[in-house]
Amino acid sequence: MMEITEGSHAIAKIVARCRPQVVSAYPITPQTHIVEALADYVADCKLDADYITVENEMSALSACIGASAAGSRVYSATTSQGLALMFEACFNAAGMRLPIIMSIANRALGAPLSIWNDQQDSISLRDSGWLQFYAEDNQEATDMHIIAYKVAEDHSVLLPVFVCFDGFILSHTYEPVDMLPQEDVDKYLPKFTPYEKLDAEDPISFGMYATPEYYHEFRYEIDRAAKRAADVYRAAAKDFAGMFGRDYSGLIEEYRMEDAETAIVAMGSICGTIKDAIDEMRDAGKKVGLVRIRVFRPFPDKEIAQALAKTKRVAVLDKNISLGSKGAVALEVKDAMYGKTIPVLNYILGLGGRDVRKRDIAAIVALAEKGEGDMFYGLRKEVL
Amino acid sequence: MGLAVGCRAKPGKARDNRTGSWRVFKPSFDRGKCTKCGMCMTLCPEGCIHQTEEEFVEPDYTYCKGCGICAEECPGEAIAMKQEEK
Amino acid sequence: MRELRIHGRGGQGSVTAAELIAVAAFEGGVFAQAFPAFGVERRGAPVQAFVRFDDKKIRKRSQVYEPDYIIVQDSTLIKDVNVFQGVRKGGIVIVNTEKKPDYKVPEGVKLITIDATSIALKVLGLPITNTTLMGAFAAASGEIKFSALENALKHRFRGELADKNIAAAKQAFDTVKGVV
Repeated sequence: MMEITEGSHAIAKIVARCRPQVVSAYPITPQTHIVEALADYVADCKLDADYITVENEMSALSACIGASAAGSRVYSATTSQGLALMFEACFNAAGMRLPIIMSIANRALGAPLSIWNDQQDSISLRDSGWLQFYAEDNQEATDMHIIAYKVAEDHSVLLPVFVCFDGFILSHTYEPVDMLPQEDVDKYLPKFTPYEKLDAEDPISFGMYATPEYYHEFRYEIDRAAKRAADVYRAAAKDFAGMFGRDYSGLIEEYRMEDAETAIVAMGSICGTIKDAIDEMRDAGKKVGLVRIRVFRPFPDKEIAQALAKTKRVAVLDKNISLGSKGAVALEVKDAMYGKTIPVLNYILGLGGRDVRKRDIAAIVALAEKGEGDMFYGLRKEVL
Repeated sequence: MGLAVGCRAKPGKARDNRTGSWRVFKPSFDRGKCTKCGMCMTLCPEGCIHQTEEEFVEPDYTYCKGCGICAEECPGEAIAMKQEEK
Repeated sequence: MRELRIHGRGGQGSVTAAELIAVAAFEGGVFAQAFPAFGVERRGAPVQAFVRFDDKKIRKRSQVYEPDYIIVQDSTLIKDVNVFQGVRKGGIVIVNTEKKPDYKVPEGVKLITIDATSIALKVLGLPITNTTLMGAFAAASGEIKFSALENALKHRFRGELADKNIAAAKQAFDTVKGVV
């Protein structure tokens, strides 16, 4: 049913309909509204789950790890410094192959302190083994949580997932969202069947010690599972499209890429503004298109290379920076485009909540046409 | 055989490591001095000391690595470490 | 697409106003998007909130720079912040003030002043003007029906509080209807 609601509340509602048995999270702006709502549902007996209150995010994810290992469907949410505090536990969750779903209301990392949006937090955990999905709007953000459980819990994957959406820009925005009712979510998402679980009657340990003779192979297996997740994701999203009509089955989304000379590559909510900007540029005769990365892990390198193959130039927009190098998305797009002569230009923008407008997108396309890139876009020179 | 998913293991995997072969000094237990307090059992890092039916203590030499913690901690000085002849 | 920008101070309920206007607009069958300017969340600090209205899905996520409508919850802001910046020709500015304006809105822009603070104090007993100004906005813009606004308020507030807020909004609605 179409409802107009805050992004955070829409996500909380849909997460509850995924029937998590254990929720553990620590409030942090701009994610707080999600876990506040879930805590209310549990307190009001609207959600039959244990809500484990903890003293910080490290404990929150650790509680989730224990609960998931014990065979529960588990949910958490965090952002920024909270995710940074979870760093160690993130690697453990993936290494133990626990299908935990965690919402990331993307926010910048300090210092300097910032509560505003960019994607540095989840990007900084790109190597952790968590799959990463990025939503453009609140409809996609809510739907992706349901799909995420299906992908993560598939026994050929068994990896945790970050469902990422831009903090404030999506989390705090009221807009219409078609909320799948409980029966529909139940139809799509079966009960969680753990591959193995902690059981006092038949004890087992998770994430044991691996000597150099084994560790290398364990990492290989995690990587293989992450790569297998691509097909599992496609199939899960196709099922979703078949049942509910909304198709997220591409790891990337192409927008007006037919005959595009300049391709923009980006992730998240900025892509809505980019699409509007592209429509205006197309009206003015500029052949511009967008490749939106929906699934960043596993990285869709082949799809990207194919989508960009006929372009003249590529402008990659990163709301993150691997300091001392480039934006994380640009690095991977460049890798995907290795051996081709199409220039891939990187623009760092929108860090720490800097607003990005249609005219910024047009300006970046103009820079790309001149071959100027690999820069921080929109620097306020007067404060430097 | 594939690797266990998530490096998971049933309890008792450590029994595969027969640490008795590491031993240079071997503890010998003097039943005349032993008060059956059980301190050695509690503190043995390999957990290889157990009680007999008469409540005296006895190590499992398959796993006793000869660390000497039992001898160091025994309040009655009932355990002596002696170089093992191999 | 039409866009609204609300200027207020932290604690005056600008964000709530934006949300409820979007809720009421959605009831009227349009696609609405409301979001705050994510400022420092401190009582008294200047804040902004935005609403977009369109017949189709709204994709744009940037803040509102060229609004069709502006609501100023507190006229003292006019000295601190360029509240009229970017307003479109033919646009409407609603300012909460009991005074005659000593400022000018850009040419081709309609200025409506209303003493929302007095209405709120009288009806609610509190100087919180957001719901009152929502009534004024409904009357001035025609973007939302009063009945939809009433439903949004009933959904957000309970019992007597809902009734009082609806009464305050209604008084402003009728006052502004009289002048437009």
